[in-house]
Parts: sequence; C-alpha cells; structure tokens
Amino acid sequence: MEEKVVMAGFGGQGIMAIGKILAYAGMMEGKNVTWMPSYGPEMRGGTANCSVIVSDEEVGSPLISKDGTSAIVMNLPSLEKFENELVPGGKLIINKSLINVEPKRKDLKVYYIPANELAMEAGSGKVANMVMLGAYLEVTKTVDFESALKAFVEVFGEEKSHLVPMNKEAMAKGAEAIRKHK
Amino acid sequence: MSKVLMKGNEAVGAAAIKAGCKYFFGYPITPSSEIPEYMSKALPEAGGVFLQAESEVSAINMVYGAGGAGARCMTASSSPGISLKQEGITYAAGAEIPCVIVNMMRGGPGLGSIQPSQADYFQSTRGGGNGDYRTLCYAPASVQEIVDYVMLAFDKADYYRNPVLIAADGMIGQVMEAVEFKEPAPIDLPAKDWATTGTGEKRKPNVVNSLYLQADALQVHNKNLEKKYKLMEENEVLYEAFGLEDAEVVVVAYGTTSRIVKSAVKKAQEKGIKVGMIRPITIWPFPYEIFKKIGNNAKGILTVEMSAGQMIDDVKIGTEGRIPVYFNGTQGGVVPTPQNILEDIEKIAGGIR
Repeated sequence: MEEKVVMAGFGGQGIMAIGKILAYAGMMEGKNVTWMPSYGPEMRGGTANCSVIVSDEEVGSPLISKDGTSAIVMNLPSLEKFENELVPGGKLIINKSLINVEPKRKDLKVYYIPANELAMEAGSGKVANMVMLGAYLEVTKTVDFESALKAFVEVFGEEKSHLVPMNKEAMAKGAEAIRKHK
Repeated sequence: MSKVLMKGNEAVGAAAIKAGCKYFFGYPITPSSEIPEYMSKALPEAGGVFLQAESEVSAINMVYGAGGAGARCMTASSSPGISLKQEGITYAAGAEIPCVIVNMMRGGPGLGSIQPSQADYFQSTRGGGNGDYRTLCYAPASVQEIVDYVMLAFDKADYYRNPVLIAADGMIGQVMEAVEFKEPAPIDLPAKDWATTGTGEKRKPNVVNSLYLQADALQVHNKNLEKKYKLMEENEVLYEAFGLEDAEVVVVAYGTTSRIVKSAVKKAQEKGIKVGMIRPITIWPFPYEIFKKIGNNAKGILTVEMSAGQMIDDVKIGTEGRIPVYFNGTQGGVVPTPQNILEDIEKIAGGIR
C-alpha cells in the first residue's frame, strides 16, 4: 500500500493540520510516513498545500509529481492547480461549499462534499477540514478513524483534547456524506 | 523511546540539544529558519543560550568564541548564509575549534531560490574558505539520519577539534518524518585543556588562534592538521552500498536525491535490470574505496545530483577511469523524478553510444 495524497486550500483552512493528523495516524499504525509542506512564494488568498505519503515501504521522494493517488481540495485555485497531480483513476475530494465548478479531467473518481455546511452542523465552521478528512478516510481507508482522533491530540496537544468530540462529529459527517454520495 | 513525527529542521535542534549543545548562534533564512525558531524556545529550557545575531558573519564568530571556550555550540543556515560564514569556518579550522555547522542547501548561485539543491557540494567538501583545511561532512537522507548524524557530529567535532558540517537540503529541512532518539555509542573524548576558560592564575593563558607569522611554524601546524585529516579519511568514511558485484548500472547519489534514486532503482530491478547503488553518507571524506567493488559487468555509472555536476568529480576519482560515468542533474531547486532517472538507467543498461 502506498497512498500519496495532496491536500490544498487557502491559508487558515487547516490544510497543514489535517495533513499532520494523517501522517501521525499512519505512523502510529506502524507505517512509513512523510508530510511535506509547500514552501515558497505564495500570494495572499492563494493556496496552501501539503503532500502526505503513507506507505508499507520506505518512502522515496516525499514530493508528489503527477503520481498522487488522492487529493483533497478546499478552494477553487487548489482544484485548478492540483487535479493534474493525480494518476488516472485518482480520487478527488472537492469542497462543494466553496467550489462550484467540476474538474477538467474526466478520468478521476470525484466526490463533492459540502464541508463548510457540515462543519457548521458539527458545531463550528472551523472544522471543515476535519469533515474533508473524514470523507477522505471513508473513501481510502488509509488509516482508522480512531487513529486519526488519537493523532489529533498528538498534533494539537492535550490542552485541546476537549475539542475531540466536535472534531469526531465533523469527521463522521464527512464520512456519512461519502456513504450517501450518488 | 517511542517514535515522534518531526520536521527535519526541528530534528536538527532536538538532536543538538540531546547531544549537549548549549549555545546556538544564527540568523534565519529559508529553508532552515525552523532551526533557530526551535532553538529559541527549546535551548533556554535546556539551560542553554539562543542568540539571534545581527548577521551570519556575527553568528559564526560567536560560534568561534563559544567553541574556543570549550562549549558545545552550533550554527545553521542555508546556502547564501553559509557562504557568509566561510571566513569563520576557515578560522575555526585553523584554530582547531570544535563546532557544528548545518547547511540546508537551496538553489544558487547568489541568492538563488529557496527550493532544495545540492549545489554546495564543492563548498562543503573542498573547503569554502581559504587555506588548506578539511571539514568532516555528513549528508543525511532522512529526518532520522539528521538526528543520528547531528548527534554524532558533536562527538566528532570534539574528538578531532574540528568544525563538522551537516549538508542537507531544503526538502529534508521541511519534511516531517517519524524519528527515534537513540543514545549514541559512548566515545572517549580528550579533555579540553586548550580552551580559553580563564587561567585562575594557575596556568599560562591558552591561546586559540589561526595566525602563525613564521612560515616554518605555520607549516608545522598545517602538517599536524593534515595528519588529523588523514585520520578522518581512514576512520570516518560512511556509506550505504548494494548490488555492486553483478550490477550492469551503478547509481551514485546522496541526501534527498538518493531517496528518489532508490525508487528508480526498484523500478529498474522490476524490469530485470541489474542495478547497484552507492550512497555516500559522508561526502568528505568520500567513500572512494567502495568503487573498487564494482564488478566487470558494469556498463556505466550514473551520478544523480541536484546540481550541474559536482560529486561527479569524486565519482570519477573513485572509478579511476575503469567505467564510463554519466550524469543526471537538476538545478535551481528542481527535484528529479524517479521516471527521469529510470530512463537514464535504461539507456545505460541498453548500451549508450
């Protein structure tokens, strides 16, 4: 198993955080993981992204270059920039709340999730990223939900553990949206 | 201890503190800024001193001072910042001051780019400053290796009374991977009776200096340095190698590039091509001897670097003209892909004209 996922959105959506949660959870499940942030010049309102690789084997390049197996995109510029990084048949999870166009490519498995609305239902617009992570995990089963929730505490620290129930709810809503999809 | 997920730059700081580093002097620069950021918080908590200097030149001279007083100390930067430190590095080599210098290489020349590069190989292995000197130089290929070799670097710096470099690149600085902090093997270190710690009016002052105005005296000093460098060449070479005896193609790469090469080697092996690999872990001293193990089936050696071709000189020295040496390079911050390297392996295996 080698899962190569690109996660992208605008700064502040919690993209880097869900990437770290996935990487931490993979590590706790005994897999080889890398988390690679984008770094470089970026305009305000542009994209923030990270690449996460979860693999049974040693990871070669931590970069994803046209060989991504999945992508999570949370705003329009991210869709335009990253749909081309996927392999044919790759899984593309789109935040329908902020993206009202379809991808140009027709050879991908596409899932539309109203992440911002579902996040509000879970208790806060801030957990839209966790809705997307829940949807992603339901599609790919890269790591268990429970591992992701344990990783949440590792990434954010014990003092944020009171937020686990809301984040769990957000992930559950994302997963449910996948089960109901189409 | 269990594994933790850490960024390469943070791991530099954590490993240094674990190795007993008490002083960090630096000036931030992408892609190594998380090193001073981490140290500014963690080093005071560990009873040490973090100081942001007004420039890279200041930082390396503070290292000269702290190291000269016998303290374990470090500075870190990225390519243009490391260029600024070269005067201090040659002074430290001349005055035999133990210290650790970390370079998260980025694209050059000049200010260049902030993306990963390996274009400071010459600077790291040939001495970027003036005079005859050498610095032991580790080239880690993962965050775990950063931890292991930064810790080792402090011991080696003290053992040889010499600056030790860590030459990684922006990618290893930025990536997060699982790491484990293992206790390094204990090493017998000489007492720092040369350090400028104050005489207490009980001994003559110690002088730590690189100035020898009499040519004969400097030659004696330099010959002693040379002996030390020879010892490093004999005892400190580290590398990883596999599949050399029956290889049709041998690929040589270090650091980040070696990981991408490994993916390409695996693909080539799946296609039935016999591929061996040499990965220098110390780029100075360079593992020349291992090249003698390459068997007679080898049609060529492929050197892969994120530069215009620098390590290739050492590969040619190691090969001694026995086998043709080819080059695959990316520059300016562009990272190679396994596919691109695989194509070159296939070309060499098929017989290049």
